[in-house]
Amino acid sequence: MGRYLLKRLLIAVPSLLGISVVLFTVLALAPGDPFGELATNPSIPPEVREALRVKFGLDDPIVLRYFRWIAAMLHGDWGFSFTSRINVDTLILQRLPATLFVIGSAQLVALMIALPVGVFAATRPYSVFDQIANTFAFIGFSLPTFFTGLLLILIFSVQLDWLPFVYRADIDATGWRWYWEHFRQSIMPITVLGLFQGASMTRYVRSAVLDVIRLDYVTTARAKGLGERRVIIKHVVRNALIPVVTLVALQMPAIFGGAIVTEQIFRVPGIGSLLISAILSNDTPVIMAVTFVFACLVVLFNLIADVLYGWLDPRITLG
Amino acid sequence: MDGSILASRSAEIAAAAQRPARQFSPWREAWRRFRRHRLALASTFILLSMIAAIALAPFIWKVAINDIDFTARMQTPSWAHPFGTDDLGQDLLARMLYGGRISLAVGLSAMTVALTVGTLIGAVAGMSRGWVGPALMWLTDLFLSLPALPLLLLVIYLFRDALKTAFGPEGGVFILIVIVIGGLRWMPVARLVRAQFLSLREKEFVEAARALGATKTRQVVRHILPNALGPVIVAGTIDVAAAIIAESTLSFLGLGFPPDIPTWGRILYDAKDYLDIAPHWAMFPGAAIFLAVLSINFIGDGLRDALDPRKVL
Repeated sequence: MGRYLLKRLLIAVPSLLGISVVLFTVLALAPGDPFGELATNPSIPPEVREALRVKFGLDDPIVLRYFRWIAAMLHGDWGFSFTSRINVDTLILQRLPATLFVIGSAQLVALMIALPVGVFAATRPYSVFDQIANTFAFIGFSLPTFFTGLLLILIFSVQLDWLPFVYRADIDATGWRWYWEHFRQSIMPITVLGLFQGASMTRYVRSAVLDVIRLDYVTTARAKGLGERRVIIKHVVRNALIPVVTLVALQMPAIFGGAIVTEQIFRVPGIGSLLISAILSNDTPVIMAVTFVFACLVVLFNLIADVLYGWLDPRITLG
Repeated sequence: MDGSILASRSAEIAAAAQRPARQFSPWREAWRRFRRHRLALASTFILLSMIAAIALAPFIWKVAINDIDFTARMQTPSWAHPFGTDDLGQDLLARMLYGGRISLAVGLSAMTVALTVGTLIGAVAGMSRGWVGPALMWLTDLFLSLPALPLLLLVIYLFRDALKTAFGPEGGVFILIVIVIGGLRWMPVARLVRAQFLSLREKEFVEAARALGATKTRQVVRHILPNALGPVIVAGTIDVAAAIIAESTLSFLGLGFPPDIPTWGRILYDAKDYLDIAPHWAMFPGAAIFLAVLSINFIGDGLRDALDPRKVL
């Protein structure tokens, strides 16, 4: 297992490097100056600006600048936020837990919807249940997250007044009350993301189970006299999950996209809303760092998918 | 394709005598299979009526999109304003019809970009036998693991002002959004095309063409590509929906088109702070995006039944 993990890690490194090259090229190709804000600021004299340019090496060739940038990122020197006046890495570390909490819980919700519904639909293909589930899945992933978010706010906050629509990091309560308030404010963001994810996952699960359920080994298991429940749960689902894991890993970038929107709607203090506010206030170091963190998270989740793969499918050699 | 398809098709075939009748049958077969997907058929009807409304409306509903009327702020739907008004008293129906044109145009253009790039890269990767194929696939996988929305936001943040000065506020943002959305959606198409090419290029009919001395371009354009088109069309349909969602998301975050251009996402963005007093303002554009995306997705599903060779038998 250790060797397998190491190999996967080594494969992840080039893609991280590739992503960093893409990001840096975009930044370097962009017209204008990342220090444009300083240039228009009248309180900074031109000599200081020149000195800053030299200090940050902005006039050096692009390859040199790339290597300096990547070295700085590796050292943990992610720069200084123009607007918040604190280090970018501190800022991101403050915001990251909220994002991971929302995304992780949404994935769990999606799995809890998709697995039972998808398996049940696949064991009765083209039945009424299957068709209804399929239609709902289509509706689910055709509803953009920003619209579901607004709909939920309209119903549960404005009309019924059951749930708060602003996510607060500082709840002034302790003990059980804190957990209760936290739970209440998390329901809507997690539901929005979870339903969107669950809808497309249901379709993956259904088609994966349908592919597996026709195989000979399933017939063999049935012929041995195993109960249908046992056949489905022990024999079919485990193998069906293998392609599902791949597809979910491929979906990861889309999930982060949904998370940005959800954080923005419910004002969850995560890195998604940090990115939007940084863009609105032209905070280039934060924008670059957050985009890179998102890319790292995608690679990380692909890595987790690979590990899950090795666990689900013993045929994959762990060498 | 209309209802009286049998008569008109055979009449056409009879007229074009030099064309063998068989040439039409794959498409007719596809249409027959598409028709069986009821929801897809209904969706085609809904989408066509939306397109017709968007295209014909300026001739019928002649209210200006920026007609400010402070005596009619945030009104609920009425005969004077079928979809109500916003906080400046502007007519929402007129604004939505205008925004629909932009949303659909962005969707279609981004799809064209994605299909062109994807087909090109997939075709090159599928035809090459050396190191080019694996290299291009590595690039494809790299792009697949890029977080699309953050990158989209980054590119728009960096390039918006330059393009605005070059092509004007509307044109600049349009070009930027189309290129970026298209440029981040080509990977599935490239993979599909490559997979199709890898199997098709070894088929007997391509070998026959090769034996007859057909150049590589001719093999691809005349023989391989037409046979690989089915899944590509399906992927393209779904890309239109994805591009519409992407554009609306950008506008909803306040980072898409400028405020005076009312795309559906932008109207939602403006409406989201007035949910308690004017819910209709958010409902109409949201429902429009949902309906357009849902019907395109269903059409894609119907086309998959109709065109995807893997579904045959």
